Amino acid sequence: MMLPGLLTSLILIPTVGAFALLVLRGDDHKFIKGLALGVSLFEFGFSLLLLRKMDFSAAGYQLEENFHWIASPPIRYHLGVDGLSVFLVILTTFLTAISVIASWNNVHERIKEFFVTLLLLEVGIVGVFLSLDLFLFFLFWEVMLIPMAFLIGIWGHGRKIYAAVKFVLYTMAGSILMLVGIIWLYNVTGSFDLPQIQQALQANPGLLGSTVEITHRNEGLLFLAFFIAFAIKVPLFPMHTWLPDAHVEAPTAGSVILAGVLLKMGTYGMMRFCLPLFPHASKVAAPYVAVFAIIGIIYGALVALVQPNLKKLVAYSSVSHLGFVVLGIFTFGVIGMQGAIYQMLAHGISTGALFLLVGMLYDRRHTFEISEYGGLATPMPKLSAFFLFVALSSLGLPILNGFVGEYLILLGTYSVSWKWATWAALGVILSACYLLWSYQRVFFGEVTQEKNKSLPDASARERGILFAMAVVTLWMGVGSAYLTHRTANATDTIRQQMVRPGDVAPQEASKPADNSGVKISLERSGTR
Amino acid sequence: MNPGMPNLTDLKIVLPELVWCGFGVFIMVLQPFLKNRHFFTFLGLVGAMGGAIFSIVSAWNYGPGFSGLILSDGFSFFFHLLLGTVAFLVVLASESYLEVENLDSPEFLALVLFATAGMGVLASAQELLTAFIGLEMSSISSYILAGYRRDALKSNESALKYFLLGSFATAFFLFGIALFYGATGTTKFTAADFAHSQVGFLKLGLAMILIGLGFKVAVAPFQVWTPDVYEGAPTPVTALFSAGPKAAAFALLLRIFATVPAATHYWFWAFWVLAALTMFLGNLGALVQTNVKRMLAYSSISHAGYILVGFAAVTSMAAEKPSAAVSAYAAILFYLLGYALVKVGAFTIVSQLGGAAEKRISLDDYAGLGQRQPWVAAALSVFLLSLLGLPVTAGFFGKFYVFAAAIHSNLIWLVVLAAVNSTIGVYYYLRLIVIMYMHEPKPEAAVAPVRFPLTARIVLLVAVAGTIYFGVAPTRVLNFLNQPTLIGSLK
Repeated sequence: MMLPGLLTSLILIPTVGAFALLVLRGDDHKFIKGLALGVSLFEFGFSLLLLRKMDFSAAGYQLEENFHWIASPPIRYHLGVDGLSVFLVILTTFLTAISVIASWNNVHERIKEFFVTLLLLEVGIVGVFLSLDLFLFFLFWEVMLIPMAFLIGIWGHGRKIYAAVKFVLYTMAGSILMLVGIIWLYNVTGSFDLPQIQQALQANPGLLGSTVEITHRNEGLLFLAFFIAFAIKVPLFPMHTWLPDAHVEAPTAGSVILAGVLLKMGTYGMMRFCLPLFPHASKVAAPYVAVFAIIGIIYGALVALVQPNLKKLVAYSSVSHLGFVVLGIFTFGVIGMQGAIYQMLAHGISTGALFLLVGMLYDRRHTFEISEYGGLATPMPKLSAFFLFVALSSLGLPILNGFVGEYLILLGTYSVSWKWATWAALGVILSACYLLWSYQRVFFGEVTQEKNKSLPDASARERGILFAMAVVTLWMGVGSAYLTHRTANATDTIRQQMVRPGDVAPQEASKPADNSGVKISLERSGTR
Repeated sequence: MNPGMPNLTDLKIVLPELVWCGFGVFIMVLQPFLKNRHFFTFLGLVGAMGGAIFSIVSAWNYGPGFSGLILSDGFSFFFHLLLGTVAFLVVLASESYLEVENLDSPEFLALVLFATAGMGVLASAQELLTAFIGLEMSSISSYILAGYRRDALKSNESALKYFLLGSFATAFFLFGIALFYGATGTTKFTAADFAHSQVGFLKLGLAMILIGLGFKVAVAPFQVWTPDVYEGAPTPVTALFSAGPKAAAFALLLRIFATVPAATHYWFWAFWVLAALTMFLGNLGALVQTNVKRMLAYSSISHAGYILVGFAAVTSMAAEKPSAAVSAYAAILFYLLGYALVKVGAFTIVSQLGGAAEKRISLDDYAGLGQRQPWVAAALSVFLLSLLGLPVTAGFFGKFYVFAAAIHSNLIWLVVLAAVNSTIGVYYYLRLIVIMYMHEPKPEAAVAPVRFPLTARIVLLVAVAGTIYFGVAPTRVLNFLNQPTLIGSLK
């Protein structure tokens, strides 16, 4: 008998777990939660095996599994990981396990369905990061929508249905155009296989059109088809309006997954598809994308600053932080892109932790209004200590994880344009403002509300997950070299894939010098 | 050999139709003597499935029959199987419906079988008058079926509308045949000598034929009857309408436009415009519906539009690269397959949940279904997601394949329009899912779960299994559909 490969197992474990939950004892809530936790922890452990099995010094995809699925059109079941996707997969499995524990006591109805949905969501996200066939990628990309919409729409609060429908409509609007783009690419290259398409386009850019002008026009259209889908997911200003709604109404677990990994699917897509497949269009688009990213950074931060709703504040801070990631990606330099990958992971951890904390406050008081809180440090010192730690990491305090990503991105951006870097740096300052100010309003001062005086502090379960998040935060901050060394090859590969025959443009010539600077700066940031 | 007499091969080729008609007649003959509903249902099931099974005999005898009036090929085999299966499922789904509504079952079953036989003729016709006979057989049975709930006003309205507008469309079709004959000197569209025909008349005749068939498949601007007829007809009949006659009329359209070279050439833009128009009118109409049946009716219209995108691909490619057109044919047929299964399944659920006199068919009646009847809600969700075009369903793969064919013939903008429409579609399909799972039922609507009889459960099982199977493993069907010789008369 043939055992499924490591990557297939990563998709199969939560699938099997979800179906087991579906058919096994529906009324025993302890059993359901236990099984869900077991499955998600097992999945997390399994995903850690990737780190042992992978050879990070080699370029290209690893642990590939490549089988025929549909003969005509030639769709393959093709999975693989590289330095870019492996950490996103681990982040997904980690946050799913955390979410299961975080949902232990605050889901009260349809408990079985909740955990089934959560595990199916994990299947979709892990599938997106592992797929190397465009059709398969699109399949997971779409399949993941329904569990997420259900999480928001069933277990959310307030205007949950509105938020769920808005989320699906926005994403679908983008992704269906991506499907058109995928079919177009197939029509041109005769394949859905990402590495094959990549090689075909790199060897012969003329595939896209008979003349250079048509090639560039078609490449631009294809770029847009993919980019808009990803930009909605990120979300890049001005496509961000679904995000605050979805976040505020989602249950805690939904928010953690949404902010932690779902948004990264967009930035992952940009790095995996937009840049390597359509380098010319990417370069043409870069200034515009950068402007939108910077608007997003500042706009998100400003809106967060004036938010009376704590969860919306964190949601808008995501818009701001993801703007950094997009900016880093579209510098096309090693430093910027390394920073972007790093920031994706850091944001997943710190914003995930922020949503956990906000969710814990909500569990106690059933409100997100900042004005309802105040002086919480007195009744709940432990929780407020964790909150401060996470807020500091999110605003980019050195030693913690948020700093490395933002620093690298700003450094990378500076080498492209000092103006961009200056404007983006404004976002860093603003993030300190809104996080510290909201922290002060929620935790410091006198306890203004009678109800808040007797709030229980973090329970052992809550301390456990917060501690796990804090450890990762600190480790990422001091041990950043571990990650940057392992993602370096993926970044290099993307940059090489962007090179097309005969386009040694003037800016390419300066790249080698750029490269040498990177190593130094990476060492610097890593050993601090 | 006596030229007037059909020989054995001819009979083998029309064996499916013979079986369907034979069982229909048999049921009518037995009607005065037997009162057992279940027995008649059994006969109907055997007849419907028998026709589908005996289409294999027809498939063993690939080639023309009745001096070339009809043709047995992979194309007709596919449609006979599909139509037989649809009839089988409809008969199964109608059993409890007829009992609840206290309607006679023998006539109903006979009419379903006659209609199926007519559709079968449509799928294999090589000659326009033969096609006309098939069209009339299926249409006249359909008119009666639409009004089968005799004492319900809506059903009467439905039948009358369908009959009046349908006859009008049939007249267009006949007029088209006459012009075709005048232009080419024959009604066999395979044998016509297009090089020496009156091009002007031929164009006009084909336009008339397109209008006549466009009415049957509910293509805008000939779609206005659809919501009313679908809403008023007994729901199992609606299931039949949305799957069977539509597939058969598309089959004939495909045959004509695949075979007549002039047709492909002239009608590309017509199909382009009709596709765009149909998609938009169907989807925008569905957005504002509060009645599930009407919503699904509008969704039927929009799906006719997606199928027409495939037609536009066929007609734009057939001239330059016939080999590429093959995959466009395959795309359309695959789409019809997935679509028929889903629509039969969805309408079966609507019919069962509707209860006596179809009272509970508004969107609000579905609130809380996800908790009341999780399996039914799950099945309906699968159908809706397939109509919406989400992966792992037949609907998604069909849409994907049609889009691929259209992009292959450089119809990028038409595909973009189709993509925009898919997004509009998301809203109303998702709305029903949201209502089922996320809305609390209204107090007055909070009733006991509706018990689904075994027959309906079998229909749902088949439809769900088919929808997912064709979405996950379409290779086998696609290999069959992608044969270059699928349409025997293709030049």
